[in-house]
Amino acid sequence: MNSSFFFGISTVGYILAMVFYIAYLVFRSRQVGVVATAVTVTSFISQTIAFFLRWGEFYQMHHKLGLNISIFRPPITNLYESLVFFVWCLILGYLIIEFKYKNRAFGAFVTPVSAMVLAFIEMTGMSKEIQPLVPALQSNWLLAHVITSFISYAMFGLAFATSLMYLIKKTETKTEPAYIFWSVSLGLIIVLILAMGLDYLRFNVVATSSETMKKFLFKATFRSNSPLIVVLSWIGSAFVIFLVWLYGPVLKRIINAFNISDNMLDDITYRMIAIGFPVFTLGGLIFGAIWADQAWGVYWSWDPKETWSLITWFVYAFFLHARLMRGWKGKKVAVVAVVGFVAVAFTYLGVNLLLSGLHSYGALE
Amino acid sequence: MNRDDTDKKPFLDRLWDFFASVRLAIVLFALIAVSSIIGTVIEQNAPAEKNIIVLKRLVGDSLAPAFYRILEAAGFMDMYRSWWFVTLLMLFAINLIVCSLERLPRILRLMREPIRPLDSDKRNFPIKKVLRVKGSPEELREEVLKVVKAIGVKAENSPLKDGGYQLYGQSGNWSRLGVYITHLSILIIMIGAVIGIFFGFKGFLNLPEGYTSDVAYARDGTPHPLGFSVRCDDFEVEFYGMSEMPKDYKSWLTVIKNGREVMRKVIEVNEPLKYGGYTFYQSSYGMVPNARGIFILKLTGPGMKTETVFKRLGETFQIPGTNIIGYIKDYSPALAFDRNGNPYTYTDMMNNPAVYVEFKEGDKIKYAGWILKRFPRTWTLPDGNRVEFVDYWGVQYTGLQVRKDPGVWVVYLGCIIMAIGLYVAFFMSHKRVWVFVTRDGKESAITLLATANKNRGALERKIEASLKRLQRGR
Ligand code: HEM
Repeated sequence: MNSSFFFGISTVGYILAMVFYIAYLVFRSRQVGVVATAVTVTSFISQTIAFFLRWGEFYQMHHKLGLNISIFRPPITNLYESLVFFVWCLILGYLIIEFKYKNRAFGAFVTPVSAMVLAFIEMTGMSKEIQPLVPALQSNWLLAHVITSFISYAMFGLAFATSLMYLIKKTETKTEPAYIFWSVSLGLIIVLILAMGLDYLRFNVVATSSETMKKFLFKATFRSNSPLIVVLSWIGSAFVIFLVWLYGPVLKRIINAFNISDNMLDDITYRMIAIGFPVFTLGGLIFGAIWADQAWGVYWSWDPKETWSLITWFVYAFFLHARLMRGWKGKKVAVVAVVGFVAVAFTYLGVNLLLSGLHSYGALE
Repeated sequence: MNRDDTDKKPFLDRLWDFFASVRLAIVLFALIAVSSIIGTVIEQNAPAEKNIIVLKRLVGDSLAPAFYRILEAAGFMDMYRSWWFVTLLMLFAINLIVCSLERLPRILRLMREPIRPLDSDKRNFPIKKVLRVKGSPEELREEVLKVVKAIGVKAENSPLKDGGYQLYGQSGNWSRLGVYITHLSILIIMIGAVIGIFFGFKGFLNLPEGYTSDVAYARDGTPHPLGFSVRCDDFEVEFYGMSEMPKDYKSWLTVIKNGREVMRKVIEVNEPLKYGGYTFYQSSYGMVPNARGIFILKLTGPGMKTETVFKRLGETFQIPGTNIIGYIKDYSPALAFDRNGNPYTYTDMMNNPAVYVEFKEGDKIKYAGWILKRFPRTWTLPDGNRVEFVDYWGVQYTGLQVRKDPGVWVVYLGCIIMAIGLYVAFFMSHKRVWVFVTRDGKESAITLLATANKNRGALERKIEASLKRLQRGR
């Protein structure tokens, strides 16, 4: 049995877990909740096994090719591997929260994020092959940079889930800005997933590089050759967002049915960011700068990827400082936490897919 | 303070207050973030046409040229060096300095202040635990001390009447400095960056194999004297096995000062050469246009006689110990064969160099064929002699980044300080604990009061656990 077998199990498992957590949220049956947790733990163990198997395969492949890499170098070198690692960190962080706060309701918000990432991998059909390290990637600083970045992304992802729940719980009327903000944000996420799903159904392509991914992304909808489909896509998106806005109170009722206090959500959001921020500063910015310095001779060059990391950092610095000011409690800072994760997602995916960066894993490629 | 007070203050005080506010920091965070976003949408220092195309996509064909002119006039094409972006960063630095100076004295006072016993246990504290335990206060002293120690606090004692006492202590009071250490580190990093801008050099040098240069070039192409010379002896790309996946880029460099070779080093992507304050990084490579290079061939004849020859296209060589003459007839930097077995060149980079050699003995062509550098199978000729294709030399150049940055160590120092500062700011806290133990008949009443400026929940859990242990022990 090789790593892809166990990865397969974990992918299916996380999607199942999402279904169980949502069912748990809706039916409030303890048994369903226990099953949800059991499925998540099993998938997590399976993914951990897969990760170590892939590690071994990665090591052996380099030895066959005559490059003596260290056994301590985990296989985190491309978009696929890093997204999978992100899911792993996210689930680990979530399980810790579940056991510590003894509350399963977050599962229904966290597992969809994992399922979304895994679905994104499947839909874009990105290459899952183990690839040998190109020269720019043969650096321990880069490795430390990638691992710590993803740990912090996972923390920010959890903060995103709790701050979104906080906003849903705390908004009273459909016209208040915070309500409009969260319903439109959630609507946009759903639109993006649907659009990627349509790309997949329409083209069923196996994209091997971010180049082909760029070519097919949204080609079935917003970037279609037919103007009619483009117009319909925009109208459809507006409709989806409208639906979320209209039926938002249903979501609120479901969340309210669980005794998660507002303070607890606010507290978890702050804590996740209080861990994520220092880890991101050290790993995302400092290690990244050291790597760039050693590989290219400039620790900071304002390229889009670096700049977006800095933007993300500023948004979270904004969050921390805003909390220290009177009058910036609750909903306002929760909005900042949501915006922060949007910046994280853009730093990782948007820069590669939408902005042409020279930074997408080394200019020498 | 109300508005009227503010207006009455002298101008300098108001300026100070303006820069001391966290609100300004919030505004600056937002302004820097938003302008940086624009800076990533507009490609920096790119040819004008490129950004006009980007703008056409965003605002439509008719508006794009006007938009471009406005954005260019506002400095968005080289935004991170524009006067207003630099001003934003300066305001940010001033804000940080003033804000920290404003609060530092209070924090220092708070930090140095020794902890005093409380006058009464009737006070309200964020953490307050009351319990009754068998035994007199004196009998309990050891155990209560254990509770206080478990929290990580050094206890002091203050006797109360009736044989009771108060144990109290604090720890981590200096952790309140974490925020200021973090803020200081940002300033240090900014200072490092400024040193780099004023006293450093960032440039490049494309050096063909066999060439020497005593200058590097700035981005705009102006030469910058190095004070010594660098020679590129060789450049090679190594591949993973037979694949097209590059494994390593290597340049053999020699540093020459006052006519003497002072240093030799093989540089790779993460392995630069450092000399005289300058660092040379492997960053790119390419082919020198129209260069005529030299084929380096290692010949082995009968009886293992070997010889290395240096020949150009169209020249001939003789296999040692035989009458066989090889004639270098053709060359390809990247040879491949199509489905019909016809050779073709698939890229103009040197990915798979090959020479076509015709071998003659007397007037008769014995055999002819392609010899590939990366395929040792092709080195052995039908008659058992060998022609090893060592290198095609003198046609590639190595692309070096040349940098001198005396500020980089200041930046690294700032990074280390930032890591320490963030650790202290987020993972350490200032904890204070007071425990009152008084006699209450045959039992003792214990009241524990505590505060922490960070992570109060963790302290509370720790206290609950150690109190439970105390109760169970009785
Ligand atoms: C990107 C730059 C900055 C970073 C990374 C940073 C970092 C931090 C951190 C980590 C904290 C502790 C937050 C917490 O405990 O939740 C903090 C607090 C603080 N920061 Fe900043 N800061 C920055 C810029 C600024 C600026 C420009 C100001 C100027 C007003 C400022 C003023 C403050 C104040 C007043 C506090 C609260 C101090 C206290 O609790 O006593 N910061 N900062």
